[in-house]
Amino acid sequence: MPKHPTATLLLSLLTLLGLGGPAAQAADLTVSAASSLSNAFRELAPAFEAKHPGTRLLLNFAASDALLAQIAKGAPVDVFAAADQESMDRAEAQGLLAKGSRRNFAANRLVLVTPAQGGLALAALADLRQPAVRRIALGKPEGVPAGRYARAALQAAQLWEALEPKAVYAQNVRQALDYVARGEVEAGLVYASDALAQKDKVQARFSVATATPISYPAAGIAGSANAEAAGQFLAYLLSPAGQAVLARHGFLAP
Amino acid sequence: MNPEAWVALALSLKVAAWATAINLLLGTAMGFALARWRFPGRELLDALLTLPMVLPPTVLGYYLLVLLGKRGWLGGWLHEQLGITLIFSWQGAVVAASVVAFPLVLKSARAAFENVDPQLERAARVLGLSEAAVFMRVSLPMAWRGILAGVLLAFARALGEFGATLMVAGSIPGQTQTLSIAVYEAVQAGQDASANTLVLITSLSCIAVLLSARWLAPQRSAA
Repeated sequence: MPKHPTATLLLSLLTLLGLGGPAAQAADLTVSAASSLSNAFRELAPAFEAKHPGTRLLLNFAASDALLAQIAKGAPVDVFAAADQESMDRAEAQGLLAKGSRRNFAANRLVLVTPAQGGLALAALADLRQPAVRRIALGKPEGVPAGRYARAALQAAQLWEALEPKAVYAQNVRQALDYVARGEVEAGLVYASDALAQKDKVQARFSVATATPISYPAAGIAGSANAEAAGQFLAYLLSPAGQAVLARHGFLAP
Repeated sequence: MNPEAWVALALSLKVAAWATAINLLLGTAMGFALARWRFPGRELLDALLTLPMVLPPTVLGYYLLVLLGKRGWLGGWLHEQLGITLIFSWQGAVVAASVVAFPLVLKSARAAFENVDPQLERAARVLGLSEAAVFMRVSLPMAWRGILAGVLLAFARALGEFGATLMVAGSIPGQTQTLSIAVYEAVQAGQDASANTLVLITSLSCIAVLLSARWLAPQRSAA
């Protein structure tokens, strides 16, 4: 440490600005993943990094459509993991994906959740029409796959028009889950894996049938500087070790 | 033009107008109290009330969510006693916008009252005016210009409020989806055309606020 206080201050400032600290690692692999994957991917990351020394995973979680919008605008992303085929189809149609890298790595179920404490004992989608259910949290269908699945399920049950006024739209599925966990809404439509992530605060009442199966695709991004590491990560997702972590967090095999 | 943008604009104006009205009353009263009365913890109170200006909106949003939520101590009481739910309502957005913009009125009101010459207030008292009359006829008219500047800034700030509002009021189209939140939604969903319309409307309304601020301030204070 220099003796002069001003020099010390200046040095701390430089470190703060990131100019004096250690250099960035050689291979930073940026993975943009659907919000519902957050717990599973955070657990998966250290194991993957241990297996591939020198690669560091940077995880970026948001609703799939928000991630797609970032990638389409040129965000430096290497791997995209989405919660539905629709957002991945749109990425593919825009030529954003590395050719041949797309594969499905997990599946999920949609469930109806209520707050664990004092939640209503709802047994079917039609029960949501009860006046006691004042608000229902779901992802906004325009940007959140879980919201699209939920709307499609309610439309198939001929309930959408009756229930739409009760809908509270969340930015991603985890926000919808949080609204239920805090007791701000009487019910929410989220993935089974989400319900598991907050199992002491929310209770999954029943599974909701979806018109299209909920399957999670992942793919490398075209023009990525880390194409090799991206391939390794995609392979790791489908490896027994990767699948075991996903299963532990409530995901089903692809 | 898409009608949703106009709904969002109308809602933003409504929320900002309510927040400004609340702040005009509370901010002026509090600013006067801080400027005129000496009491222990005065500067600490000032610092606490200024906090919303420097705290990240997410921190503020979280505080409000915990406080006003159905299981929060204030929100729980409101819900049980009066049947009022603030979360996911436009009134909740008003609370968020008020809290965020409050320091702007408070700071300018306090400074404005401190700038009023105490001699003039004393003279008014000697001439037989009551405390209320001294305030209404001497202190307030002299501080008015400074307060108005703060109020207009607070209106602009409330109009643009995003973070805390999103956390407290959510994003329900037509109910709590203000302009700034609608912009965020449109960008997130990749709807650039809609985002373009919305940012244009937002920018134009902000220019209108700033222009009217310049146009209003000297006229009102000329009295």
